[in-house]
Amino acid sequence: MSKQINVALIGNPNTGKTSVFNALTGLNQKVGNYPGITVEKKEGICKLPRGVKAHIIDLPGTYSLNASSLDENVVIELLLNKNDKDFPDVAVVVCDVENIKRNLLLFTQIKDLKIPTILAINMADRMAYKGISLDIPHLEEHLNTKVVLISTRKKTGIPELKEVIAAYKELSIEPCLNASEIDKDYFANLQKAFPNQLLYKLWLVITQDVNFGKMDRNTIDAVADFKTKSNIDLKRLQQKETIKRYQFINNVLKEGQAIDLSTAKDLRIRLDRILTHKVWGYVIFGLILLTIFQAIYDWSSIPMDFIDSSFASLSEWTKTTMPSGTLTNLISEGIIPGIGGIVIFIPQIAFLFLFISVLEESGYMSRVVFLMDRVMRKFGLSGKSVVPLISGTACAIPAIMATRNIESWKERLITILVTPFTTCSARLPVYLIIISLVIPEGRFLGLSFQALTLMLLYLLGFAAAVGSAWLLNKILKIKSKTFFVVEMPNYKLPLLKNVAITVLEKTKAFVFGAGKIILAISIVLWFLASYGPGDDFNNAEAIVTEKYTNADITETDLDHHIDSYKLEHSYIGITGRAIEPAIRPLGYDWKIGIALVSSFAAREVFVGTLATIYNVGSDEEETIKNRMAGEVNPVLGGPLFNFASGISLLLFYAFAMQCMSTLAIVKKETNSWKWPVWQLFIMTALAYISALIAFQLLK
Amino acid sequence: MQVTLADIKRGEIGIIVDVSSIHIPLKLLEMGCLPGNSVELVQMAPFADPMYLNINGSHLAIRKETALHIQIEIAR
Repeated sequence: MSKQINVALIGNPNTGKTSVFNALTGLNQKVGNYPGITVEKKEGICKLPRGVKAHIIDLPGTYSLNASSLDENVVIELLLNKNDKDFPDVAVVVCDVENIKRNLLLFTQIKDLKIPTILAINMADRMAYKGISLDIPHLEEHLNTKVVLISTRKKTGIPELKEVIAAYKELSIEPCLNASEIDKDYFANLQKAFPNQLLYKLWLVITQDVNFGKMDRNTIDAVADFKTKSNIDLKRLQQKETIKRYQFINNVLKEGQAIDLSTAKDLRIRLDRILTHKVWGYVIFGLILLTIFQAIYDWSSIPMDFIDSSFASLSEWTKTTMPSGTLTNLISEGIIPGIGGIVIFIPQIAFLFLFISVLEESGYMSRVVFLMDRVMRKFGLSGKSVVPLISGTACAIPAIMATRNIESWKERLITILVTPFTTCSARLPVYLIIISLVIPEGRFLGLSFQALTLMLLYLLGFAAAVGSAWLLNKILKIKSKTFFVVEMPNYKLPLLKNVAITVLEKTKAFVFGAGKIILAISIVLWFLASYGPGDDFNNAEAIVTEKYTNADITETDLDHHIDSYKLEHSYIGITGRAIEPAIRPLGYDWKIGIALVSSFAAREVFVGTLATIYNVGSDEEETIKNRMAGEVNPVLGGPLFNFASGISLLLFYAFAMQCMSTLAIVKKETNSWKWPVWQLFIMTALAYISALIAFQLLK
Repeated sequence: MQVTLADIKRGEIGIIVDVSSIHIPLKLLEMGCLPGNSVELVQMAPFADPMYLNINGSHLAIRKETALHIQIEIAR
């Protein structure tokens, strides 16, 4: 049996750690979650020389073992828990050749935990360009470990790294810093209380607010017969520790590294002069946003139309090929359209993640954070909220997950709460059909009224997000330290492989994560729409046929009438009619009511539901549109979909929280039902009230 | 002359004299914002906030409110 060892990849953000992970494992990797929290856990298998197999974990990027976010807690929890099944036999610290000094801080911390630690200096291909030369034997001697130069871009150094990992047993575990140097008396007492424990490990437990299973700060406080320091004292000692570590690092690098600035070329300065410029920076950011919108709405429509028609014909084919019965109906009317409803979003999600990962890999995203911070702060948000708000125009689910790197809990919570206001792609089909029904054709300054309305709806979404953020900032009484540190990484050409893997992983996560919920709901909806209580539903065929015996209609028309009669008396139809009194003031009838109710699972269900209700067999927009245009308002007379009810519907969809998957992810990220429930009620109340006002004023 | 980091101008090089560790996150110290290290302004957002700095070779952006708690001496 071959031996398997655990290897942990650790490093600062932006050091190309994930590229190293991809180079070691290839596609032999999987992304999961750490139990109980939504931090991504990336692991993979890699074959090493001499028949050794390595189980590699790509830990979240961190600057030090003093954790300040959920993602960073994962790193320290793993490294302090020897009993964890993933506890590393050897750690590989990946560092960026241009910032060795700062990267070594983390290296010394990990080595002080007595874990064999290899230093992998990445982006070695840039050394000459940056005028850097390294004395590897000197570094190896003074850091007391193996140092490997690698370049994932030029594909060098990976075999050497594998070799060193396989021979990890030869590595020294001598610490870099003697922890007791931080404060002699304090540490002497600490050691006396816990003679069998590693001092640095105790120190980490004392200074972190993390739960380490059996051992935490309180158990140390309870046992130790010495006075624990106050938080301010602890922080002072941490500062002293950091200074000591840098002294050690500076000594090592004094002879180990030479930087000749005269030969260094700096692309960063020239690019930053434009990209972070007070005026041009914003202009360029605006142009990039326009390109992203164009891609999501225009380019992705081609594959989306294809997917739409493929699923329609697949459903048709199943219906005609399989023996008729409940199962066939469930598959062709419930499951296949349900899966289609998920798959149709793949092009948009993939495009969005393509852009986001390119912007992140290239280092541009940090510049956006820098440019937008001041503006966003006025509304209680952070510069880092920009990424979620942009992502929200595709889908709120990944957008809410992207809030994790916001340090301040208050800013993060507000971002999570307001992101669902941005116009996500599921609202788009609803907007399109209603706009084409109620907004007159015509032009203003060369732009069509319809296009202008759509643009206004997008602006309305952003305004609602930003406005409610401003309100929440005033209302929420959360004391949280608002500090803001963003690293501005070097500009890099994104690696195709990394981008491809990100797009693949995120799309997969969407399809299997959110997809499950959408699928389940569409099956439930199908049942509710296909069954009903009493005679009206069960004898629908006889009742309708009798009604039309003398009328001169074709068989297909008769079938449509039967279907629509059945729907009216199905469970969902009964629900629709039950809520009709509540929605009549908004200008809707019970059929729109059904569409609204089913939309609470997911907005995009609206058009499909209306298609069924207005007894149209196909999803073809023109046909549904004609049927909708012909509907008459039961109370007021005149067309049901007029300007007033149309605007009312648009406002309802703009504000209402109609997405179960988003609520589920908010629950997960905030770790409480309180926030998603608030979100559901407040957003829906806002939707109802604004739709009510709009209809009553315009009717 | 001793000023705070919020006063630094483009082209100047400052040496960090003191950081008020109660107000400064540890993360910033660990990124090299420690007494004795040099600091340079790379770019400023509108209204001089946030500030894009090069601290001891680390390029980072911090808010003005944080910069006010870092004492520097202008070396050039």
